[in-house]
Amino acid sequence: MSLSPLQLCLLFSSALFCVGLIGALSRSNTILVLLGIELMLNAANINFIAFWRFGPAPAAGTGVVFVLFSIAVAAAEAAVGLALVIAVYRHQKNIRLQEANRLKG
Amino acid sequence: MSTLPLLSLVVFTPFAGAAGLGLLRGASPAASRALALIFSLSTLALSLVLLGGFDPARTAPQFVERHAWIAALNVNYSLGLDGLSLLLVLLTGIVTPVALLASAKAERDSRLFGALFLMLQGAALGVFLALDFFPWFLFWELSLVPAFFLIKLWGGQGATRAAYQFVIYTIGGSAFMLAGFAALFVATGTMDFNTLAQLAADGSLAQKLAAFGGGNWTKVIFLGVLIGLAVKVPLWPFHTWLPPAYAEAPTGASMFLTGVMSKMGVYGFLRILWPIFPGPLHDASCWLLALALGGVVLGAWSAMRQTDLKRMVAYSSINHLSYCLLALFAVSYATGRAGPSSEAAAAALSGTLLQMFNHGLSAAALFACVGMLEARTGGKRGLHEFGGVRTAAPIFAGLCGVAMFSSLGLPGLNGFVGEFLIFRGVFGLNAWAAAIACLGLLATALFLLTFWQRVFHGPRAGATTGVFADVQPGEYLTLVPLVALMLVLGVAPHLLTRLINPLVTAWAGHLTLP
Amino acid sequence: MNLSVQYLWLIPALPLLAAGIGALTPRSGKAIAAGATIGAMGLAFVLSCGALVTALKDPAAHLVANFTWFELGHSAVRLGWLLDPLTALMCVMVTFVGLLIFIFSTGYMHEDANFTRFFCFLSLFAAAMLGILIANSLLLLFISWELVGLASYLLIGFWFHKPAAAAAAKKAFITTRIGDLGFLLGMLWLSDATGSLLFYDAGKGVLETSALTALVTQTTVGGLAVSTAIGLLLFCGAAGKSGQFPLHVWLPDAMEGPTPVSALIHAATMVAAGVFLIARVYPLMSADQAIATAPLHALSVVAAIGAITALLGAVIAVAQNDIKRILAFSTVSQLGYMMLALGVGSWVAAIFHLLTHAFFKALLFLAAGSVIHAAHHEQDIRQLGGLKGPLKVTFATFAIGMMALAGVPFVFSGFWSKEAILHAAHGWNVSHLPFYAGLVAVVLTAFYMTRLVAEAFFGQARSPASEHAHESPAVMTVPLVLLAICAVLLGFLGTPYWPWLQHTLDPKFHSEPGGGGLMVTSIVLVALGIGSGWAVYGRRLRAKASAPDPIEAKVPDLFAALAARLGFDELYAATVGRLNTFLADAADVFDRYIWDGAVRLLAGLGQFTGNVTRETDENLVNGGFDATSEQLKSTAKTYSRAQTGDTHGYLMLVALGFVLLVLAVMLGGTR
Repeated sequence: MSLSPLQLCLLFSSALFCVGLIGALSRSNTILVLLGIELMLNAANINFIAFWRFGPAPAAGTGVVFVLFSIAVAAAEAAVGLALVIAVYRHQKNIRLQEANRLKG
Repeated sequence: MSTLPLLSLVVFTPFAGAAGLGLLRGASPAASRALALIFSLSTLALSLVLLGGFDPARTAPQFVERHAWIAALNVNYSLGLDGLSLLLVLLTGIVTPVALLASAKAERDSRLFGALFLMLQGAALGVFLALDFFPWFLFWELSLVPAFFLIKLWGGQGATRAAYQFVIYTIGGSAFMLAGFAALFVATGTMDFNTLAQLAADGSLAQKLAAFGGGNWTKVIFLGVLIGLAVKVPLWPFHTWLPPAYAEAPTGASMFLTGVMSKMGVYGFLRILWPIFPGPLHDASCWLLALALGGVVLGAWSAMRQTDLKRMVAYSSINHLSYCLLALFAVSYATGRAGPSSEAAAAALSGTLLQMFNHGLSAAALFACVGMLEARTGGKRGLHEFGGVRTAAPIFAGLCGVAMFSSLGLPGLNGFVGEFLIFRGVFGLNAWAAAIACLGLLATALFLLTFWQRVFHGPRAGATTGVFADVQPGEYLTLVPLVALMLVLGVAPHLLTRLINPLVTAWAGHLTLP
Repeated sequence: MNLSVQYLWLIPALPLLAAGIGALTPRSGKAIAAGATIGAMGLAFVLSCGALVTALKDPAAHLVANFTWFELGHSAVRLGWLLDPLTALMCVMVTFVGLLIFIFSTGYMHEDANFTRFFCFLSLFAAAMLGILIANSLLLLFISWELVGLASYLLIGFWFHKPAAAAAAKKAFITTRIGDLGFLLGMLWLSDATGSLLFYDAGKGVLETSALTALVTQTTVGGLAVSTAIGLLLFCGAAGKSGQFPLHVWLPDAMEGPTPVSALIHAATMVAAGVFLIARVYPLMSADQAIATAPLHALSVVAAIGAITALLGAVIAVAQNDIKRILAFSTVSQLGYMMLALGVGSWVAAIFHLLTHAFFKALLFLAAGSVIHAAHHEQDIRQLGGLKGPLKVTFATFAIGMMALAGVPFVFSGFWSKEAILHAAHGWNVSHLPFYAGLVAVVLTAFYMTRLVAEAFFGQARSPASEHAHESPAVMTVPLVLLAICAVLLGFLGTPYWPWLQHTLDPKFHSEPGGGGLMVTSIVLVALGIGSGWAVYGRRLRAKASAPDPIEAKVPDLFAALAARLGFDELYAATVGRLNTFLADAADVFDRYIWDGAVRLLAGLGQFTGNVTRETDENLVNGGFDATSEQLKSTAKTYSRAQTGDTHGYLMLVALGFVLLVLAVMLGGTR
């Protein structure tokens, strides 16, 4: 069986998403968790591009705009996340995600 | 005559003194006592000025001051003085300094004491001089505040309870009066005493009230005002607050309460109730006469049963003030009836006014005497705790004896003239009431002589056995002016009747119902 | 020498001034106080003599000087002085007797610490008494009347450290005040009915024809004429002051005072004020005689009370042992005589007896005082005895006084004045009972006075006190002698053969014939009284102080009852006293429980309402809100547990949700 380029792209992005998810779930270092989340985001970005490029109505530039927005938001999010990580580190001298649970109910 | 607002000066100088004492934080006890005394003497000085400019022949208020105050409510700041007011201002001027002198010793925090006392004095003067209900009522209620604190803070063991009872009872009575006047205001649009009295005299007051709320409305309002005043005098049986309050108050405050404050009620009867409600008062006068007789007779008999000297003197106050009311009610009873002469009414009313003044002197002196007994024996004032004081302190006994005989109406002393005129008048207006009231005279003699016999006669006993000093120089200042006035006014009552006779004659001249 | 009526006020003013001086003199100034008092009294005596001269020029005239005390309404309260023979004679008597007693007192009270005060009070008394006499206004008379009562109170209680004296003073004041209330009411009525209280005022006074006519023609409760009612009320005052039944109880107790006081106030002058009052208002008292049909005449009551008192006093005096009390009851009895005379219409006889009685009773009291002074304050006649030896002057003068009082004929003044009264009583056409009462009292008087003299002066001394008795100094005996002389001579002013006094007092007086038989009767009765007295007490003289009285031995019950003064004090204590206590208790209970209870009930109701609203507020309204909020809070707590803080957990849930979503999409088909 042969795969269309869209399917190939989707497979790739699914793989990437799974790698990100597993990374985010299995790591206890908060920065690595963030990295995982970035990977998942990028998987989503690839999907945007793939559906735009190989989808039924490749209108002018829609997928690229979505991805650009997404990347910008991801960068901002990463900045906030890293700032939080630093703040957490200041308080408890490590960045283990399991121990950052002071705000639980 | 100068254009100085003399009456405002009279009223507000004591208040100014009170404020001054309040501000002088560092004043020594002696200095604050002296300051209080000086300010309290201002009334006497100013009333002598008033006496100079006063024209007894004019029966309308003199020295009138009138300024709009709250225009929307037609409230005026209005002061005026006639013979009745002048008599009471003089009395206040005499009793207050004497009362302050009597409490000169051993009172803690004399600055506050003096300030409260001056406030009390100012409020009483305001009551005697105001011609509009609004300021009048303001002063009337204002007098309770310092009185409450004087009793509560400087009083004896049961003082707190007595002070609360005194204030709440009196305020309770005043509430009825306030309600009555509110209704009057709504119906007539004015609270000026003279205007209201004129409206009452020509009968339009009753019409306006009837138009406002039906025929019985006048009676309801009358009853409200009556209760307010009756509690203050007090009219029997609204008197039960008085013995504890007088007994627990410190000596000076007792003197002021009985000497001046008890006159506020009688003044209210003469200034407000009688002129504004002549009709309802006449209708109720039969019952009121019975109540006044109750005060005269039962008051005296209750006094006989007391073992606390201050309570005894307090009951004698009820008895003596009931004579005033008896005379007024008898006049009201006879109003509009055929027979009684205006001469009898003039006698009764003159007697009332004299009795107010004379009782002020003699009761204050008696309280001062009991206070001196207390001061010498560490607060003892039981009838059975003394004996032979006359042996130990003959001069004190002599001065106290004059006060006592003045109180029981011995001729030659001031008490007799007032009582004789009251009896003379009441006999002409309602002979049976006079005959029954005679029992009060007898009982008064009985309990006062019992007091005298137990405390002053016999061998030295009880609290008198130890050191017992005779009258001290400071105490002469308290007793001698009062006793001297008793002697002078007993022989020369015209000094007072001169001031009030035209007014009383005018009152007695038109005893008609609207 | 003349004293015009305008200056009549000087007579009481002088002693008043002396009283003022006495009041301000320190205790050491004995000479000043006594000198001022005696000097003022002496001057007053001279002035009184001057007034008498003026009055005698025209005995029928009533000279007045009225003035305004103060304005009242359109009229005024007026007072005034009155000078007529009655005033003048009384003034002379009071000032003369008073002067002698004052002099006697300087000796009697010599050692008393409060000497100055004593003289101050005596002067006050004299001033007030003279005020009564010169008053032309019932009001002024009442004022002086009350002041006399005050002086009497002060002097009875002079030794106030003795509880008995203090109690007696109070009793005297209160008892007389009961009568005075009647006086006051009578005065008020008179003032109301006539518009005046002046006795004589150029036709407008209350004792003048127009006022009296008006008073007699009006009637009041019970059909009494107004004048009768007023007269009876005034008589209440007189009865109180003059110790008439039933208000006589205070007079014997008043003997607790120093003896000169008893002599001056409670024998000679003050107690006679009641008699004087009735004599003064006699036109008013007798006005109702004009109406024959009146249900009651004021004077009949006076006569009845007088007769009862005369008899009662004499009977009780028989069984007393205290020398002063015997004299006190004899005073009660003699005052009864005077009232009797007034009642039967002979006011001049009453005044005659008043004057003679004043002298001989003052004499008797002062002599008794001399005895007491000599016997170291022993007053019980059983303890005395044998005093006629050491106390010669006292005995002689006392005997003269005793004979004057008993009415020994011809020489002694008491005989003539008593004779005048009996004569008048005999001629009274209403009833003869008062006359018989008077006759019995004559016998009794002679009897108890004989007993007194026999017990006290004869026999042997029965106690150390009387053994060591010695005569008093001249300052005390000279007044006795002077009074004794007067007690003899005064009677000759009013004998039926030369009734000067009667004519002076009442120019219309004319003596009725037929006194001879009566005089014989009364001489026989006096002889009977003295004879029986001597037979019982004189022949077998008492040997021991403790021996029983001869009468007591015969009729012990009667004697005991008399000695207990017929139980009047107990009766009053059981009735009036109890009633008074009951009323006082009732008034107090009323106050404490009923009126104060009502107030407290009201206050309690207010508090109850307050409590109720507070409870509703706290439990119902606030409680509801609280419960709701509490519920919210606990729910929130439960749900907040979902936030575990485990970030991996959250992520896991997100992934799981995603997987479930994918599965749902795949299994649920396409669209």
